[in-house]
Amino acid sequence: MTLNWISVGHIDEVPFLGSRVVETNNQDIAVFKTANGTIFALIDRCPHLGGPLSQGIVHGNSVSCPLHNWNISLESGEALGPDEGCTRTIPTEVRKGQIYIGLKENCHKRCVSKG
Amino acid sequence: MKEKLVIIGNGMAGIKALEELLKHTPDKYDITVFGAEPHVNYNRIMLSPVLAGEQTFEDIIINDQSWYDDNDITLYTSEKIVDIRRSEKMVVSEKGRELPYDKLWLATGSNPIILPIPGNDLPGVITFRDMKDVEEMLSASETYQDAVVIGGGLLGLEAAHGLQLNGMNVTVIHRALSLMERQLDKSAGYLLKSKLEDRGITVLTDADTVELGGNERVEVLKLADGTEIKTDLVVMAVGIYPNVNLAQEAGLECGRGIKVSDRLQTSDPSILAVGECVEHRGLTYGLVSPLYEMGRVLAMNMLGAENDYRGSVTFTKLKVSGIDVFSAGSFADGPDTEDIVFRDARQGTYKRLIISDGKLIGAVLFGDVDEGPWYFQLIKDKDNINDIRDFIIFGQSLAMGVETVDPLVAVTALSDEAEICGCNGVCKAAIIDSIKSNCLSSVDEVRSHTKASASCGSCTGLVEQLLKFALGDSFETSTVKSMCECTEYTHEDVRRLILLKKLKEIPQVMQELHWKTPNGCSKCRPALNYYLLCELPGEYIDDNQSRFINERAHANIQKDGTYSVVPRMWGGLTNAKQLRAIADVVEKFEIPTVKMTGGQRIDMLGVKKEDLPAVWKDLNDAGMVSGHAYGKALRTVKTCVGSEWCRFGTQASMSMGIDLEKLTWGSWMPHKFKMAVSGCPRNCAEATIKDFGLVAVDSGWELYVGGNGGMKVRACDLLCKVTTKKEVYEYCQAFVQLYREEAHYLERSAPWIERVGLQHVIEQVVENHERRAELAKKFIYSQQFVQKDPWSERANGNAHSHEYEAMAKLD
Ligand code: SRM
Ligand SMILES: Cc1cc2nc3c(=O)[nH]c(=O)nc-3n(C[C@H](O)[C@H](O)[C@H](O)COP(=O)(O)OP(=O)(O)OC[C@H]3O[C@@H](n4cnc5c(N)ncnc54)[C@H](O)[C@@H]3O)c2cc1C
Ligand code: SF4
Ligand code: FES
Repeated sequence: MTLNWISVGHIDEVPFLGSRVVETNNQDIAVFKTANGTIFALIDRCPHLGGPLSQGIVHGNSVSCPLHNWNISLESGEALGPDEGCTRTIPTEVRKGQIYIGLKENCHKRCVSKG
Repeated sequence: MKEKLVIIGNGMAGIKALEELLKHTPDKYDITVFGAEPHVNYNRIMLSPVLAGEQTFEDIIINDQSWYDDNDITLYTSEKIVDIRRSEKMVVSEKGRELPYDKLWLATGSNPIILPIPGNDLPGVITFRDMKDVEEMLSASETYQDAVVIGGGLLGLEAAHGLQLNGMNVTVIHRALSLMERQLDKSAGYLLKSKLEDRGITVLTDADTVELGGNERVEVLKLADGTEIKTDLVVMAVGIYPNVNLAQEAGLECGRGIKVSDRLQTSDPSILAVGECVEHRGLTYGLVSPLYEMGRVLAMNMLGAENDYRGSVTFTKLKVSGIDVFSAGSFADGPDTEDIVFRDARQGTYKRLIISDGKLIGAVLFGDVDEGPWYFQLIKDKDNINDIRDFIIFGQSLAMGVETVDPLVAVTALSDEAEICGCNGVCKAAIIDSIKSNCLSSVDEVRSHTKASASCGSCTGLVEQLLKFALGDSFETSTVKSMCECTEYTHEDVRRLILLKKLKEIPQVMQELHWKTPNGCSKCRPALNYYLLCELPGEYIDDNQSRFINERAHANIQKDGTYSVVPRMWGGLTNAKQLRAIADVVEKFEIPTVKMTGGQRIDMLGVKKEDLPAVWKDLNDAGMVSGHAYGKALRTVKTCVGSEWCRFGTQASMSMGIDLEKLTWGSWMPHKFKMAVSGCPRNCAEATIKDFGLVAVDSGWELYVGGNGGMKVRACDLLCKVTTKKEVYEYCQAFVQLYREEAHYLERSAPWIERVGLQHVIEQVVENHERRAELAKKFIYSQQFVQKDPWSERANGNAHSHEYEAMAKLD
């Protein structure tokens, strides 16, 4: 499947061990940055009861959901530990400090506004 | 006339034997005890936790002066016996006191070995045996940097751990090739060594100390291979030898120790001996459980029973928090022994069982020691284990065919005779019986009724499990464990180290305290952030990313990802201007729900995150600030109308509530903190289930603490009564500060008080005036940094604006 790579902002706009939200016309996407600067993106919905993962605490390569503290892997989107469930991951790339997320062809053609 | 019993040695073994004797014949003897140390009977084992700062000397006293008084025992402390005149049946003390005896007990313990090397008498060269040594180590740690411990056995490592916790750079010098070689095999010794090195303790094995040098004080230590180590303190922990001088001079038969029969009689029938000073069947002992066993036999024989002591099997546990080591029985390789070994390198666990002739004869456990007591029991029972051999390494529940590995299952499966507390010889059935017949519900109660876990404390976890087993769900376990899986340190350890090492930010804490994960987890990061801000206000560096979303966004997240906004209404009061502003905000931002909270203020629920700064701006303009309804922080101060309006009111509760809220708002806490003020004992503000509550009476204010509504209701304890407003403020500030400094993160004041005891809080806040003033002062100092409205900082776009805006919007 071909992906559409869309630039969503500069890597410095995401705090270390933190995240920013990219709004789309259906689901929000959470863009995370780990302590060593690696960028990950996930659909901003916890597999448990839909908590916004972008609001969680990032540690290692995972995020703890703000609602009931499930731990979600940023790499695979899977719930870690005893919990079960999976959130879709979004491919990311960083080129010259610019973050790109890979979305399926035909949706999200362009970035309409930037916060 | 009563027979005269004289005891030489006021230590652990002699007094334990005396306790046993008194249990059966409270007043058969006229008893006198001589002790060379200046103290009442204390728990020598616990000197390690005292050195580590986990306990105080008061905590480790076993029998205080009133025990001696109540039992009509004459105690001479700081008074050594220098002569036993057997022909006259008389002892003579160094002060010249002469005392006749009918029966004499020798319980003189042992002396630490001092290496016969040059410089061993320099100041700063000490041993680790009594309270005086601990005091010396503690005072050295205040002035000096470097310490060397000679001896990598149990005692030496506990000394090293304690000195390090007190901020010293510690090197352990050990002569053998691996640590604790008498209790541990090489693999476990190696694991132990790397564990200690991970914590920053330097360990040199195969190292022989040949000389100590220095002028005024020890300055350098020299090894046989020529290495020189700079040091300010040398602790020798290289072994002990039974203290037999007195017995020898009196002509009693001695070998390595004072020789005794199975009845614990020396070569003189009127003189008995007990403890480390004893040699029995060619063996001497250096752990309390065999000494206590001797004490029981000795006491029974004094009553005319004919009990024999037959020697003991012992086990060892290291008292270094976070490093679990257990060893029992023998682990030497032999032609007819077989091993079962289990390793998990990632978890850092190692287990080795030694089997001979179908019986378990030894066990070495590292990292996971929960099964230690079970193995110990198997070793003592000497039963054939062939039936369970295949599973024995996985522990009792699996080996015995029980499926889950719930620790509760393990205690359930223990036999009634299983010894839970090795030190005091208390078995499972005795504990269960005592819990049932005395309606006990806490570990402390079990401790005082049965003595189980009262000595080295290593069986506390098991005692808890037994309570749980006996009481069912009504008992909540509270085992003190490490903060989270990222560290081995407990909450207390971390807090102390932050202070000692003056750590200012989270990455530094993780580096210095050897965190196991790269950047912690959602449990430890918020806790660390809090500990830093509490210990070093104004200096520490706050880490917003380590705060839970509510504190990061200064609003409460809701189930649909929107937020709620609760402005402060001081003391539960509001006015037309505020209400109008709230009404306007609700309309302007189409806020779906407006609700009166249980905390006497108004909650606006369902606000979109991006609207938060604008909502706050409008509220700020009407003079309202954040209510911290989202924070581990001061929440609300509820009031009733009080003497300002109410016909029963005795004091002005509304204005008092406002004052208290102005005093304490903004302050971060271990958990949320709520207050209330009632104008009379009818208590309409429910002040007696708050963290801090005031109830007005004619003559002033009653101060209540440690209450909780919530999940487990707890009514407050009365702290004290005061008369003036000024006192109320000071007591409140001091109490809050004490809670801030002592509670674990996420521990409300109610469980904290249950843990430390109300008496402790009274001592700190009520009885000790200087301490109260000091606590209040620290609180006031830290308030200057936090009494800034977080909403206005954000409403003006000055802080963390990225928090509220999407990075991008895609079409
Ligand atoms: C809004 C409010 C309910 C209401 O509509 O009245 C409320 C709402 C919540 N309470 Fe509460 N509590 C509210 C008063 C209380 C009270 C009553 C009081 O303070 O007098 C109690 C019992 C008293 C007490 O705390 O001792 C109370 C005991 C709890 C507890 C249990 C605490 C405990 O120690 O057992 C929790 C859970 C927790 O904190 O872990 C909790 C947690 C919560 C949380 C924060 C749940 C959560 O984690 O999201 C709710 C947030 C709602 C929101 O977004 O605003 N809330 N909560 C009240 C806000 C008061 C305020 O003005 O700030
Ligand atoms: C730091 C430390 C940690 C330890 N940890 C453990 C542990 O975890 N587990 C364990 O089982 N054991 C442990 N031990 C060992 C345990 O403390 C001893 O085995 C126990 O205290 C010995 O008891 P005792 O009565 O024989 O000797 P002591 O407790 O030493 O008592 C002897 C007393 O006799 C006094 N005395 C001696 N001569 C005279 C005299 N002539 N006149 C008057 N008084 C005299 C001494 O001053 C002393 O107070 C530890 C020891 C230390 C020092
Ligand atoms: S009682 Fe439960 S549901 Fe109600 S506000 Fe408190 S936490 Fe939420
Ligand atoms: S919604 Fe994420 S843990 Fe419940």
